Amino acid sequence: MKDPERILLAHGGGGRLTQELVRELFLPALANPALATLSDSALLEKLPPGRPALTTDAFVVDPPVFPGGDLGYLSVCGTINDLAVAGARPVALTWALVLEEGLEIALLETFVRGAARAAREAGVSIVAGDTKVVPRGKGDRAYVVTAGLGVVPPGRDVGDHRVKPGDAILVSGPLGDHGATVMACRHKLGGDGLRSDCAPLAGIAELLLESGAEVHALHDPTRGGLATTCHEVASRAGVRIVLDQASVPVRQEVRGVCELLGLDPLYVACEGRMVIWVAEGEADGVETLLNNHPLGKGTKRVGRVEQRASGGAPVVLRTLYDTERPLDLLAGSELPRIC
Amino acid sequence: MTTPMTFGDPRAVSALVGRVVRAAGKLTRRVTLMEVCGTHTHAIAAAGLRRLLPPTVRLIAGPGCPVCVTPVGYVDRAEALARRPGTIVTTFGDLMRVPSSRSSLERVRAEGADVRIVYSPRDALQIARENPEKAVVFLGVGFETTVPTVAGALAEAEADGVGNFMVLSGHKIMPPPMRALARDPEVQVDGYLLPGHVSVIVGSDAFAFVAEEFGLPAVVVGFTPTDVLRGVETLVGCLAAGTPKVVNLYSRVVRPEGNTTARELVSRFFTTSDVEWRGLGTIPGSGLAPRPEYAHRDAGLLEVEVPEPVEPAGCRCGEVLKGAIDPPECPLFAGACTPSSPIGACMVSSEGTCAAWYRHERLAAGGAR
Repeated sequence: MKDPERILLAHGGGGRLTQELVRELFLPALANPALATLSDSALLEKLPPGRPALTTDAFVVDPPVFPGGDLGYLSVCGTINDLAVAGARPVALTWALVLEEGLEIALLETFVRGAARAAREAGVSIVAGDTKVVPRGKGDRAYVVTAGLGVVPPGRDVGDHRVKPGDAILVSGPLGDHGATVMACRHKLGGDGLRSDCAPLAGIAELLLESGAEVHALHDPTRGGLATTCHEVASRAGVRIVLDQASVPVRQEVRGVCELLGLDPLYVACEGRMVIWVAEGEADGVETLLNNHPLGKGTKRVGRVEQRASGGAPVVLRTLYDTERPLDLLAGSELPRIC
Repeated sequence: MTTPMTFGDPRAVSALVGRVVRAAGKLTRRVTLMEVCGTHTHAIAAAGLRRLLPPTVRLIAGPGCPVCVTPVGYVDRAEALARRPGTIVTTFGDLMRVPSSRSSLERVRAEGADVRIVYSPRDALQIARENPEKAVVFLGVGFETTVPTVAGALAEAEADGVGNFMVLSGHKIMPPPMRALARDPEVQVDGYLLPGHVSVIVGSDAFAFVAEEFGLPAVVVGFTPTDVLRGVETLVGCLAAGTPKVVNLYSRVVRPEGNTTARELVSRFFTTSDVEWRGLGTIPGSGLAPRPEYAHRDAGLLEVEVPEPVEPAGCRCGEVLKGAIDPPECPLFAGACTPSSPIGACMVSSEGTCAAWYRHERLAAGGAR
């Protein structure tokens, strides 16, 4: 068998090998007019009316390929989702790679195909990129850094400032699939039936925000999961959030992995779910609406927003046994490098 | 979440709470029950079980979190080993953040020491195979449940001639401290929830002394809310009737004689020793040290400079571990000492009493129902 083709330092040097990578791998997969010019900056068309939204993100997931996704797919989904939950329609992305010398080119191809697939699914173009190679041992195979540009259409206003007591909280599907899948891979736990929920949420977010429902805030519960997301919202909005354990959807397989590794699914990352804060009266309608979207199957109401008394815990779980316990922020990094 | 009929089923829990309340109605005084396993502490707190019990039944946590009872001196030695040239220190994750006298393993790793988190002693053995030029030290912290896995890795290292694999044994066994607690006039315990996992190894018979010597009831229980509540019901029933006995309610995994194979493996490599328990002092015969014939596996014999241990000022972990106080009675709790900047070991491990209270029980004004 032939040795696999590998990344050499020269692939990041800007010379012949760099150009080969660009022409043979990146351009065909990511094809779009802005990228095709290969100029120093991508020149975009005039933006649609509204407020521009700009986000950036870095991805270091280990392992870089897992059931349901890979570093490339994850990086584009994650960037799009940060725009989508801000109420922005994605316009363009940049995608930069830091590769470790010796990386198999086949693996790089997987990342590029993954990135292209996510961009296609979301209808967004990757308009600029960069590749650097670091010497073997100075990096872990591949890292991705992205930027995402989007536009919040005029009149749309979603954000934590709108969250208020009485709001209902929904999640757009079972929690923890991504984190549990990556952890199961890393610890070689097998994990039949486990699959990352990684997906671009621009479409489903748009469906929700254009439905006329009074949506107050959206979040993607990535690192730290639902509990951490609720903490951030509760502290920004100065409210108390009560989650109902019996309603929180968690797959049996995910629960199993979490139990083995001593993790709480409420703190495990998703990469294709939204947490939605809506006016109380809208909850049932939103639940029905999202359950009809392929990425919203399993949407469920999981909690509510209340007034916070001074000194009270910001996020509380009503347990299966009708007791309450505070949900705190994680102290350490229980889930290293899942995104 | 769909809730199939499981050991955590809310209907079963609610029925059991009713039974505990009825049993407690026959008590003539308030009773204190101690769980001596960190996993119980965590499970009880996560389900909020304390708030379901009648006021005459108090649940307290004992010295069942292995990280919490590990003295500062052990962490200091581990840290010194991590700084030792040509050494890789391997550990379960929860030791990383335990404060030592001067620093922590987490910090010395950031300074460049080679400290690696493993999920099993066999992972550490694998690291030893891959790094034959380095001394690979596994930090052996844990009770009867953990030690057989360490002994298994040692047996494999012996069989395969992996000469660079060593263990820094901080292992401990449970019956001696329970005896010590039962004798301690400072500790008022009326009954014990016995450690389910430890009992798998040592067997329920190993705890018969609790009733025979001290006239206290004890139950071996599992870790779901229904397990714990059945245990509480049984203890309260024994106390109300004045009939102390040791009952095995976890017979789905615990046998009276325990796991003899595992114990034989352990005794091949380890022998009992007198060791220090944080908060409880030195308890005779409560530790497991490598046998002299396996001195080449004993990282405790490697020469490193270990500073005089400094216990954190104001920390009342010791009293918490004995169940003499609840965590909020410690002046540092939730103020200077939190899970993100722990001062005492009870706040570091998720099984630690203080961490469990901090995470699950701390419902301040407006939070309580």
